[in-house]
Amino acid sequence: MSPEQAAGTAPARFEPPVGVEGAAFWEATRERRLLVQWCTSCDRGVFYPRVFCPHCAAGADALEWRTASGRATVYAAVVEHRPEAAGANFSGGKPYCVALVDLEEGVRMLTNVVGCPPDDVRSGMPVTVAWELLSDGRQLPLFEPGQMAS
Amino acid sequence: MTGMDRSLRGAAAIVGVADDVSPTGELDRFGRELEVAMVLDALADAGLSLSDVDGVCHPESAVAFAEYLGVHPTFVESTMTGGSSYEVHVEHAAAAIAAGVCDVVVSVYAATPRSDRTQGRRREWRRPTGPNPMAEWDMPYGLRTPMGPYALAAARHMHEFGTTSEQLAQIAVSTRQWAALNPRARYRDLIDIDDVLASPLQVSPLHLLDCCLVTDGAGAFVMTSAERARTLAKPPVFVLGAATCTDHMVIGQMPDLTTTPGAVSGPRAFEMAGIEPGDVDVLMGYDSFTITALLHLEDLGFCKKGEGGPFVADGHLGPGGSLPMNTNGGGLSFTHPGMYGMFLITEAARQLRGEGGARQVAGANVAVAHGSGMFLSVMSTAVLGTEATL
Repeated sequence: MSPEQAAGTAPARFEPPVGVEGAAFWEATRERRLLVQWCTSCDRGVFYPRVFCPHCAAGADALEWRTASGRATVYAAVVEHRPEAAGANFSGGKPYCVALVDLEEGVRMLTNVVGCPPDDVRSGMPVTVAWELLSDGRQLPLFEPGQMAS
Repeated sequence: MTGMDRSLRGAAAIVGVADDVSPTGELDRFGRELEVAMVLDALADAGLSLSDVDGVCHPESAVAFAEYLGVHPTFVESTMTGGSSYEVHVEHAAAAIAAGVCDVVVSVYAATPRSDRTQGRRREWRRPTGPNPMAEWDMPYGLRTPMGPYALAAARHMHEFGTTSEQLAQIAVSTRQWAALNPRARYRDLIDIDDVLASPLQVSPLHLLDCCLVTDGAGAFVMTSAERARTLAKPPVFVLGAATCTDHMVIGQMPDLTTTPGAVSGPRAFEMAGIEPGDVDVLMGYDSFTITALLHLEDLGFCKKGEGGPFVADGHLGPGGSLPMNTNGGGLSFTHPGMYGMFLITEAARQLRGEGGARQVAGANVAVAHGSGMFLSVMSTAVLGTEATL
């Protein structure tokens, strides 16, 4: 436990730093918009954000931000049974689900699936983005079971 | 393979090995003292001395370590690929020796995470400065490292192929059978599948006994040209083939969680060596977790993709089995200080020299040291053989 955690002043989560490439992504989360970097040269999504396209090597001019649908499918999911060993204090000490999800736009990201017992999350399960407020007004994208209508 | 001119087959050999572990999991030396002891022991094993060394491998800084040793090498190698670093060092040292860059190369490892904790020693750890992909995109979600990414791979393998926790557990059971034959192993009491399944879940589906140990450990190896190797103290362990591949760093970038870059490094190393999976007498396959070893079996071609579960359940891997795997007791039961790849090499060399004692695989001529680094990120395969294989 860090001194900040012991004093109760630590945020509930590790709050992600903002890289140059990810700045637009994190700004949009303040409005609960999930952005995906898109390469207009090869018409593919790029994640994590970069200054060039790793699929076709197009430069930054070819990259734009698109708003994702928020719909995704679980690729793989696990349950952390010892949150204290993971240094995580966002689950109230209870087991939580960590998953890789495939966004409809074709990119894969790590997340937590919330809103159901963690053991119920399965590969292939449809999920939808949900948001958790961070201390600086950014929102962290999480996912929950079920899919909203298109 | 792009042509015979790339082949390193038989050009270089491992001629000295040393390692230090303890059944207590703790060593009474650490840091440079331990590293230097390993280098000197490995050189003595070869019948060489420090003045012969003109190549130094160290995964933090070969330059700083060479200075400490007081040698002036013409080959310095600081590649750090996590647990597979030492297989990469074998590959690169063989290439450097074959190219005439240097003649005698040492590679060394020492880490004492267990006694650092009990002795209250602070380990130097430099946090990455500034944003990095893992901090920005992974760390908020509490995926515990190192086991979290491996658990994701296991979960996906189970989903795609029906692999079971019982099958993964069999790997820990078979490995413990080997450890029981090794007086230096951390854990030697036999276990069964129920013991593994009854051990506490860590990151599901991995139980505690699906996970490697945390122990102190150290080792070193010495390599030289095939020609010089034949003049030294011990039977040479020739490098027959070596190859490395990486396809991601963080787990979300791994193209397919059920196929590691070992599916590239393995076949390339086997092709260079001119062997098939059936020619392997001893497989030292990095077992950071049971799933890691299972993926190696598929990616190296010992069974088809997806059939690792039934393959291990048939008991091929233990003493007397058709594919002796991790004969020292592995990272699961022998030792695992963090970058375990060094011990794949020291054990493979001992098996090929016939120094395996109670765990010796009779007539072992071909051994494979297959290292896995980071989060299934960097696979490096070294095919090693006795004089009879040339």
